[in-house]
Amino acid sequence: MKILQYLIKNPLSLFGILLLVFFALVATFAPQIAKPEAYQISPYKTPRTSFWATPRPISKDHILGTTEGQYDIFYGLVWGTRTAFKIGLGVVLISSFVGITLGSIAAYFGGMVDEILMRIVDIFMAVPFLIAAMVLTTLLGRGIEPMIIALSTFGWMSYARVIRSEILRVKEMDYILAARTYGVNHFSLIFRHILPNSFFPVLVIATMMTGSMVLAASALSFLGVGTEVGYADWGQFISYSRNWIVGQGDDPFKYWYTLFFPGMAIFLFVLSWNLVGDTLRDILDPHIIQK
Amino acid sequence: MLNLILRRLSFLPVVFFALSLMIFSLQMMLTPIQRLSAYISNNAELKGGREQIASLIEKHGLDDPFLVQYWGWLKNIFNGNLGWSESAGAPVSEALLTMFPATAELVILAFIPGFLVAIWLGTKAGVNLNKPTDHTIRVFTILGWSFPTFVFGLIMMLIFYGYLDWLPPGRLSQWAQSEVESNNFIQYTGAHLLDSIINWRWWIFLDALRHMIAPIITLMYVNLASMTRVMRTSMLETMRQDYIRTARAKGLSEKIVQNTHARRNALLPVTTVAGMELAYMLGGVVITETIFDYHGLGQFAAYAASKLDFPAVLGFALYFALILVTINLIVDILYPFIDPRVKVK
Repeated sequence: MKILQYLIKNPLSLFGILLLVFFALVATFAPQIAKPEAYQISPYKTPRTSFWATPRPISKDHILGTTEGQYDIFYGLVWGTRTAFKIGLGVVLISSFVGITLGSIAAYFGGMVDEILMRIVDIFMAVPFLIAAMVLTTLLGRGIEPMIIALSTFGWMSYARVIRSEILRVKEMDYILAARTYGVNHFSLIFRHILPNSFFPVLVIATMMTGSMVLAASALSFLGVGTEVGYADWGQFISYSRNWIVGQGDDPFKYWYTLFFPGMAIFLFVLSWNLVGDTLRDILDPHIIQK
Repeated sequence: MLNLILRRLSFLPVVFFALSLMIFSLQMMLTPIQRLSAYISNNAELKGGREQIASLIEKHGLDDPFLVQYWGWLKNIFNGNLGWSESAGAPVSEALLTMFPATAELVILAFIPGFLVAIWLGTKAGVNLNKPTDHTIRVFTILGWSFPTFVFGLIMMLIFYGYLDWLPPGRLSQWAQSEVESNNFIQYTGAHLLDSIINWRWWIFLDALRHMIAPIITLMYVNLASMTRVMRTSMLETMRQDYIRTARAKGLSEKIVQNTHARRNALLPVTTVAGMELAYMLGGVVITETIFDYHGLGQFAAYAASKLDFPAVLGFALYFALILVTINLIVDILYPFIDPRVKVK
């Protein structure tokens, strides 16, 4: 509760939280905000009015204009909010689960187990993240689930490292010793006494990671290995704008809307998570919060 | 010191081995027929239909047990043969060697100013905690952190190429490219900036530089954010130390206290982060190079990855691990020089 109070009192994180609430509302009410047409197989397939290549500017039918291939930008952005939440939260849930499990095992048992698990972490750290994620997404076939799996596979290491060092710190605390002398078993010692007390730094990382994973996912889509063509996904929409940013001879900014709106959507989404995460991190440092 | 170097370098073979196993396992997710395509150069070889394909799979051992195939593959690599990269149309090692100078010159030019600016901004923010300067710098770094590289890059293109037509994409203009490839220009390093100085061709130097400005700014802005953030935190920590109070009590000017007493001591964590940052950048600035059509390692690796060109991906991964381990090692060796309190164990 105290944390929530601090988050709301700080203007930067308040702005972040408001943005997040806004995005959550858009995602929840996507079917009402941008009605799928009756003929659509899936609401995530952005409807297109024709196959005309040149983007069309803002009009009454397309309030944010259309991209190349006539995908409606407004529709794509609204449903893309759901995609962003799915990817961000999905990746963070899976990778934090893997990371926390391995990190806790390493820290709790120590010795040889610790050594081996941490070397595995080191090896995964030496993998070029984006390239490896590209390969795995391509292998698993394009789409949102392959992206989540690929980004989680190569993105769990920081959780393992942080939870490990936190547990090593907490393990030495007196109350853990007390619980141990009480004869508490391994399971409840880990889950009831150690993990809850070492969780906060992981929460900070998870918040920051949600933003960067959405960035990474849109980078994958931008590089052409992300979601299927036409899927309501912000990165996908930016990649449509790539051929049109130079505009036409007399009017270089002619197709500004193809880049501006999807770009803003990603930027604000990532920003909101980072603002909250940044403030959470300040809370971690007791010297700063006193001021 | 020697001990540290040996310990770090001995980890390298382990990483190489694990990476090769990982990438080989990824490759094995493809069916034998899909993997056969790497061995086929034209349609005529597949004339025999189904039986021909089966015998080819047999011949190349694509249906053998996992370990047998892995061993055969590993033996090739041990012989120094990283394989043929389909997407580069050249042997992997040769492709990596020709791309490296391009990425290296771009990264170094973006990294050094970025590092210095980050130290400057971080110090400014750290000594002005919760004052307008601090807030401005914090907002600036969070914006930098949240701004997608590809959107920033595309905006740079829009303004400086589309509108002003100052900074074109690519590595060189057409005329400079043919000049560089001609006989009266000797490519000593492959890095155009250096080569043009050695050859004393200022026009080529200026042309290469002109193509690099936009990617450099993009890279700098994106990487500045995290380094500034760390510098700020580290500076905050240092400013609370007793020796800062002592320095102030001695009556030293605030400028000397901040610049010599505090900043010097706050440098250590930034060096670590900067080292990681440099390693990741040298490991290919995938998005920046793709947007600006700059033919470097990142663009090559991304293309190879999307085409599932496994020899190239493996070669790139090994190169990346090598860079990462080397730079971390260099940072560790530098520590005692930056901060004499740190002794190498």
